[in-house]
Amino acid sequence: MLNPQLTKDGRLRHLITLDGLPKAILTEILDIAAPFTEVAEREVKKLPLLRGKSVFNVFFENSTRTRTTFEIAAKRLSADVINLNVATSSTNKGETLLDTVDNLCAMGADMFVMRHASSGAPYLLAQHLRNTGRDHISVVNAGDGRHAHPTQGLLDMYTIRHYKQDFTRLTVAVVGDVLHSRVARSEIAALTTLGVPEVRVIGPKTLLPTDVERMGVRVFHDMEEGLKGVDVVMMLRLQNERMQGALLPSSQEYFKCYGLTEEKLALAAKDAIVLHPGPMNRGVEIDSAVADGANAVILPQVTFGIAVRMAVMSMLAAGN
Amino acid sequence: MKIQIANGRVIDPANQIDARQDVFIEGGKIIALGTAPAGFMAEKVIDAKGLIVAPGLVDLSARLREPGFEYRATLESEMQAAMAGGITSLACPPDTDPVLDEPGLVEMLCFRAKKLHCAHVYPVGALTTKLEGKRITEMAELVEAGCVAFSQVNTPVVDTNVLMRAMQYAATFGFRVWLQPIDAHLGKGGVAHDGEVASRMGLTGIPVETETVALETHLSLAKLTGVKLHITRISSAAALEAIERARAGGLDVTCDVAAHHLHLCDMDIGYFDPQCYVVPPLRSQRDRTALRAGLASGKINAVCSDHTPVDDDGKQMPFAEAEPGMTGLETLLPLVLKWAQEDKVALADALARVTASAAGIMGITKGGHLGVGARADVVIFDAAAEQVLTREALKSQGKNTPFLGLPLPGVVKHTLVEGRIMFG
Repeated sequence: MLNPQLTKDGRLRHLITLDGLPKAILTEILDIAAPFTEVAEREVKKLPLLRGKSVFNVFFENSTRTRTTFEIAAKRLSADVINLNVATSSTNKGETLLDTVDNLCAMGADMFVMRHASSGAPYLLAQHLRNTGRDHISVVNAGDGRHAHPTQGLLDMYTIRHYKQDFTRLTVAVVGDVLHSRVARSEIAALTTLGVPEVRVIGPKTLLPTDVERMGVRVFHDMEEGLKGVDVVMMLRLQNERMQGALLPSSQEYFKCYGLTEEKLALAAKDAIVLHPGPMNRGVEIDSAVADGANAVILPQVTFGIAVRMAVMSMLAAGN
Repeated sequence: MKIQIANGRVIDPANQIDARQDVFIEGGKIIALGTAPAGFMAEKVIDAKGLIVAPGLVDLSARLREPGFEYRATLESEMQAAMAGGITSLACPPDTDPVLDEPGLVEMLCFRAKKLHCAHVYPVGALTTKLEGKRITEMAELVEAGCVAFSQVNTPVVDTNVLMRAMQYAATFGFRVWLQPIDAHLGKGGVAHDGEVASRMGLTGIPVETETVALETHLSLAKLTGVKLHITRISSAAALEAIERARAGGLDVTCDVAAHHLHLCDMDIGYFDPQCYVVPPLRSQRDRTALRAGLASGKINAVCSDHTPVDDDGKQMPFAEAEPGMTGLETLLPLVLKWAQEDKVALADALARVTASAAGIMGITKGGHLGVGARADVVIFDAAAEQVLTREALKSQGKNTPFLGLPLPGVVKHTLVEGRIMFG
């Protein structure tokens, strides 16, 4: 089966997941993103790479940060950006995903940035575009269910490379609710592809997916043990609805066992960096002292996110 | 009409026949095999040279979508599909709308089906009203109306006391109970086998224990109540092991598997192909291997289509939001033949799992074999030929199958129902 996100000659047609994407493409995206970080410092923050193109941000699930950074990225590339918050519009009237998409195609979309609550939804969209002869329209996955959040994964890689340069000497820990996290899946895929020799996941058994070790990670249930000597700590957001019931007894107990505090961080390498995809739950998965501390690179992540999204969009526009 | 099926290889597992001989039909019944009865003058001779002549297939589960879901399929369309697939008897599960929990509904379905003169339809009644798992149905009345067994389909009875009583009540009259082992809570909301594939894809998993936990309850209660229990659509190696353990303990229990579980596993979901979303889920390669071996050894008694036609709108959705199910009437025979070829199972043994054994589980005696006096329900097919499955060729209104575009063995040439040529 042909990978739907690659063209026949192996270039990027859509960006749906980092799982299975060749190392060369990951590296290429990071390389292309680098000069884009400087655009923000210019007086005129615009490049003409997407001039005349219409980018539709189609969010079937609420988001502020991701949607905004995509919007900024597209605008810096001179695209026309149309934001649709479908979570509150036509699908509630019974319109199907593909009907919505057909309508947007008729409005002249060149690129879809889609977020959807169902894993795999962007594949459905990509396949539909292919079946209806609209192969020139690209799809960027802005998060689908628990499956993937590739641009988040990429901006995390950009951040790590910015601070640590060489992936092949690092020990990285991904901490928290891996089970429900599309961010974690994209991070693990990217880290293992880029040659990180030891990727750890830390969390209680209730928040780790079945057979998670088959993704190429080392599993720790004891956070102190898992953080020992790591160079990068990638925290995950814990959603409120997980905190009561069968998965976890309380947010207090979670913080006690898996919250990142200064004491626990002290077990990591001295120059370890701390990442978080946001929005943070202070006092649940991360202590404010760490979130605002010297090791945190959480705000630079956001800035790099714009550059990485610019890179992805410009590559897709050039390829299609 | 007097029909002679000439020169074919007759395979009738129930009567242990596998030989080149002629079949003679009159008055809708098989009247002789081998030599023609004295004075028999065929009005039609079907030349079956190079073809297999077998009892029409008996399918333990085919959703015909009537009443209630006529936009997905109708009796007419699905009967045509059954004929094209060589299926002449089929059990239809009670998960219609309204549910088959009232004698009137069952009578209506039987009446509608009979008028079409195609496959014989055997309704399976609901074990509890509306399948809600609270009140047992009027089983005696339902049997009188035509039901051959009672089932909850994919809706588990949460209250084990109700389940026990329902089984006990059915046992009173010797009625058959068919249960799908699904735990009501474990794996709830899941859409794929809980394993590496689902974990990577971020799909909610259904562990094997969803099946085995419920199964152990069903087996215990069968022992307690003495009900004639049949376990439907097992999907895992562990389930088969549990059934074997119960048998070793003296329990008389049968089970079946869906044909697609013999060929597909969770890896086939590929890039979230909703055509591979089925209940129970496609499990690991190891499970698939165990199911194939279990069917070959006879530990799994029968294989069925689990035919579930779904329209395109129901499948053109993100995986977890799509309607589960696969169209299957027209792929049952090809998938059984493919399994038999690949695993070197004798054709007679393979066909037994879709004829004699299935008829035994349903409790029907007039179909599923070619003995003298049996209904002349016959399928004549070319086992050696292959054909590519296409959307256009499918008679079923449901085009939902991941086997589209693949070459499959077995081409049905004729299907006869009670001596009438209904296909070919």
